[in-house]
Amino acid sequence: MLSENLWFHNIYCFLYTGDTAISGCSNATGLLPESLNWMPYYIAGFSMVLVLINIFMAFGALYTYAERRLIGRFQSRVGPNRAGPFGILQPVADGIKLLTKESMIPDQADKPVYNLAPIIMLIPVILVVAVLPVGEGTFMTDLNIALLFAISITALTTIAIFMAGFSTGNRFAMLGAMRAVAQLISYEVPVVLSTVGIILLTGSLSLVDVVEAQAIPFILVQPLAFLIFIIGGSAEMNRTPFDTVEAESELIAGYHIEYGGMKFAMFQLAEYASVLINSAVITTLFLSGWEGPFSFIPSPIWFLLKMFFMAFCFIWIRATLPRLRMDQVMSFAWKFLLPLSLINIFVTAIEVLIFGVNGTFTQGDLWIISGINIIVSIIGIVIFSKILEIDSGFNTQFKVTV
Amino acid sequence: MYGLGIVKGLLVTLKNFVRKPATINYPEQRAPQHSRFRGEEFAWYEERCTGCASCAKFCPLGIIHIETSPSEANIPEGDSYKLEAFDIDIARCMFCGFCVEVCPYDALFMGSGFEEAQYSRQDLVLDKIKDQREGKNKSPSTWFRPQLEAQKYIPLSGTEMKWDDAGREEWTYHPTKRPKRDLLSWRNKNFKNKGEN
Repeated sequence: MLSENLWFHNIYCFLYTGDTAISGCSNATGLLPESLNWMPYYIAGFSMVLVLINIFMAFGALYTYAERRLIGRFQSRVGPNRAGPFGILQPVADGIKLLTKESMIPDQADKPVYNLAPIIMLIPVILVVAVLPVGEGTFMTDLNIALLFAISITALTTIAIFMAGFSTGNRFAMLGAMRAVAQLISYEVPVVLSTVGIILLTGSLSLVDVVEAQAIPFILVQPLAFLIFIIGGSAEMNRTPFDTVEAESELIAGYHIEYGGMKFAMFQLAEYASVLINSAVITTLFLSGWEGPFSFIPSPIWFLLKMFFMAFCFIWIRATLPRLRMDQVMSFAWKFLLPLSLINIFVTAIEVLIFGVNGTFTQGDLWIISGINIIVSIIGIVIFSKILEIDSGFNTQFKVTV
Repeated sequence: MYGLGIVKGLLVTLKNFVRKPATINYPEQRAPQHSRFRGEEFAWYEERCTGCASCAKFCPLGIIHIETSPSEANIPEGDSYKLEAFDIDIARCMFCGFCVEVCPYDALFMGSGFEEAQYSRQDLVLDKIKDQREGKNKSPSTWFRPQLEAQKYIPLSGTEMKWDDAGREEWTYHPTKRPKRDLLSWRNKNFKNKGEN
């Protein structure tokens, strides 16, 4: 796996001395002596991990700045523009401020769990980077269960949130954690089911295969799945309109109410980085990943452009929509998203049966499937929004009953 | 309904996003201020003030402090007192402007400043006589002073206004020539008798 990666391979061969048959390198002598042959593997691996993680964390930090700035513009404000040119050093200032804060642990806190929660919150976000195909042939591993890996690893944040809320011994944190568990588990179901259509179409769980199968972007072929994934994704990241977990007006800060300093910063960083990771996953699944209409722009740039566009959309949604009530959030997941995702699987499965020859599709077939799916999704949305409206009584206040 | 409301909301925020921001960077940029702004730093002209203390009487908070003594030098010019103190405790002022409205000699004007934070309460008391002696810049607001507004004077421009430049407002106690309302013609124009036309 790792040896397929060009970056890893080059560093490894630069350092390794020994038999070319074992190392797979063209040169027999490297920088290190033969007695240190165990080192090149770790050095090459750690260098790659270090660079990728730091790039994503730097993006996460810059994303906090971008989010504040863009939300300011959405609200006709200027946004933070004091620290550095255009305020670009705002995350640095925030980081320094949080680093100098006193690390407080509440009396009633379960200390090991309390200290462990921010780390467990941050790790899944970083782990997903491992399977993301950032460009053509640029990925850390091409796991054959990459999609399953990404979804199951990001679901671990629920545990971290519950640990944080439970261990602090605060009522608000406890409430936030309970809400988080209910909400995240509910939304995990439609999100996972929405990706089944893609798996049916590509016949593989590997994200590289998913990107290569996209003759036309899957946002057109699977519009319903895209909608469900983007809604469920924003619910899993605890962002508005589903931020009942850390609702300021109800729970003050939710599960991280008792955290301060760098632990709080880790929660925030994990949340903001998860937006980028989620955008990256959506880019891979629905927006044809690294592929772009013009080949003179390198593939990682295409990937980043699409990823930033999706992040922009998440900020846009956050700036627009108000928070839903908790029961509305739950009924939306179970009454609207779940049936729609089941319909999507059903329709896609029939289409795969009809059109798929040996599990492959021509571009014409994909266009026909996309046409059918767009019509099905519009009909499904209309029917199920009507059912949701009748069930929950959203629109009853102006009706006059005689 | 069917998520169309969400799309509409998204378009509204996008319109705001494209638009120029409504806010400005305050200490560097400033919002335009009207010349009638009722601000701190009252402009007071000792040359005009007779020490009648109308302003002190009409002040709802009683924060204008005036001390006078009978003057001997100014007797030929009128009934002026000699002013010993003219203080305004700006800390409790609510900028209603009654003192300016009531001044019979147009000696007191509102100012245009609003950034007058001080470290102690004592510094917030405006000693107008001291300011007069030190020759502090006087830029009176045009509030309740139509003669200043007619000159198109802008207090924020920083140009000083001398007491004789400020002028007096034309004052007519009982205007004798009041325009008569021609009720009959108005009635004839709007209501027609049944017989006509």
